[in-house]
Amino acid sequence: MSSTENVLSPEYKEAVTNLLFQLADDDFLFSYRGSEWLGLAPHIEEDVASSSISQDSMGHATMYYTLLEDLGLGKADDLAHLRPVQERKNSVLTERVNGEGYYMETPQYDWAYAVVRSYFYTQAKKVKIDSLRQSSYTPLAEAAVKVNMELFYHMLHWKTWFVQLLSSTDEAKKKMNDAIELVMKDFGDVFSYGSAKQAIESNGLIASEEELKDKWKANMAPVFESIGMEVPAIPEAPAANGRNGDHSEDLTEALSTLSEVYRLDPVAIW
Amino acid sequence: MSNLSTMTEEEKLEQFVQRIEAGDKIEADDWMPEEYRMALVKLISMHGISEIMGALPEKEWVPKAPSLHRKLGIMAKVQDEMGHGQLLLRVAEDLLKPYGKNRGDLMQDLFKGDLKFHNVFHMETKTWADAGLVGWLVDGAAIITQTNMLGASYGPYARALQRICAEEVFHAQHGEAIIMALAEGTDEQKAMIQDALNRWWEALLMFFGPASKDTTGTSKQDVTIKYKIRTKTNEQLRQDFFDKYIPRILSLGLTIPDSTMHYDEENKTWVYEQPDWSEFKKIIKNQGPRSQARLNLRRSSYENNAWVRDALAATVN
Repeated sequence: MSSTENVLSPEYKEAVTNLLFQLADDDFLFSYRGSEWLGLAPHIEEDVASSSISQDSMGHATMYYTLLEDLGLGKADDLAHLRPVQERKNSVLTERVNGEGYYMETPQYDWAYAVVRSYFYTQAKKVKIDSLRQSSYTPLAEAAVKVNMELFYHMLHWKTWFVQLLSSTDEAKKKMNDAIELVMKDFGDVFSYGSAKQAIESNGLIASEEELKDKWKANMAPVFESIGMEVPAIPEAPAANGRNGDHSEDLTEALSTLSEVYRLDPVAIW
Repeated sequence: MSNLSTMTEEEKLEQFVQRIEAGDKIEADDWMPEEYRMALVKLISMHGISEIMGALPEKEWVPKAPSLHRKLGIMAKVQDEMGHGQLLLRVAEDLLKPYGKNRGDLMQDLFKGDLKFHNVFHMETKTWADAGLVGWLVDGAAIITQTNMLGASYGPYARALQRICAEEVFHAQHGEAIIMALAEGTDEQKAMIQDALNRWWEALLMFFGPASKDTTGTSKQDVTIKYKIRTKTNEQLRQDFFDKYIPRILSLGLTIPDSTMHYDEENKTWVYEQPDWSEFKKIIKNQGPRSQARLNLRRSSYENNAWVRDALAATVN
């Protein structure tokens, strides 16, 4: 990768770096929240299935962190485990807790929230990946091809849950609608590039925020229509923009847990 | 083969015994004596539910795993355990059909304390070294007891075990890799594994069960050997474990936390200090260090998700 690094202008490299951190941190946190569900899903078959999705997502995060390592940003494991909250660029949506309670005790996780967050997030990831396959940064375009193959199954999985639960009991519908509201509150920064918007868009790294939002809505429309609902509006301005390092307490707690062992000795081999 | 419907119970039993003596596999819909069915139900539902409960102690270390690759590895490992649970509970469910019981009933039996789970999964996992040690030695012990049943007379269980054992070998390698990294690491990392071994030693000895029923009042080993579900006794399996793992443990520079432990060349057996079997009796009555906490977690997540299962059932009906 050093040959690629040599030809990148400082501005271009900064834009790529920023985008890669957004993609890496998104999947890393999304997978982390998924991994907290392990052993606690509504039935055993689902436990096995959604764990595969969490593993794939952790694999995707690893690919992006490795691309950053290749760009000379430091060790992938350091980037994943040691960066402080204010340097994290994930969407606030991915850092949110799964529900009340700590995973080491007896948490009351909300499966409706898991389904809605996962479905909406995965659809957003899908439109990004479709665009990234034409990215001007070749290593990222190549990574996107690999991610895309796995996303097909993730989409199918979450869409099935989404439609089923919204077509079932009144209790399920109520919980799902509450979850949609909660997820959409945090959806404002999912398609944001934060303060790097101009740099990321003008370098042909990925489509514009507006274009991706439109694609997301267009892809969601038939699914919502099939269950007699309308696609919810994406908030214009995010309450807190994770892309610029604005995060909730949930992220602070997540980072302290996920790096607990690694921080004992970041130089050691684990 | 004579017609089953015209045979007396004695003739059916005689034919059944002949079949298993001949190495034939018994299938789910075949006639089987009640004692055999009950032994299988107990063994397989306990095995299945232990896989499910066994996901919990390791799961505690999944989010904390200390690198991207360890996070990936341990997630896949715990997922496999859930998958084994699923496979085994399906086998148990078929055996339970004549009693009109299903997986939901097994969960309730677990919550009521009627269905036990394996002693090792009642223990605390205190450090990252425990996550490695569980993979290395607990799964290593499981490989020994389960390969002993690969030829089980009950076909569906034997086939499930084929796959499970293949994956357990991978788990033991996953655990060994974690332990090796720590063993080659800093003094603190080395101390972590010794500490884990000290805390897990008794539980590992107990894993194979007491040598005879004199210890705890009951033992399934006699009936399972009689019906060719397994071949070796608890003590033989424990000795196999020592044969395989004592040299490996020592080669990592670790100390066995039993100063009396030695190999008796004359009798070709390991001599060791018995674990506290009264503690074992407490553990299998769900009075171990983490028994109630783990049961609570399983129960609360099961109840918390009841609306999801109701919603799915409603869309099927």
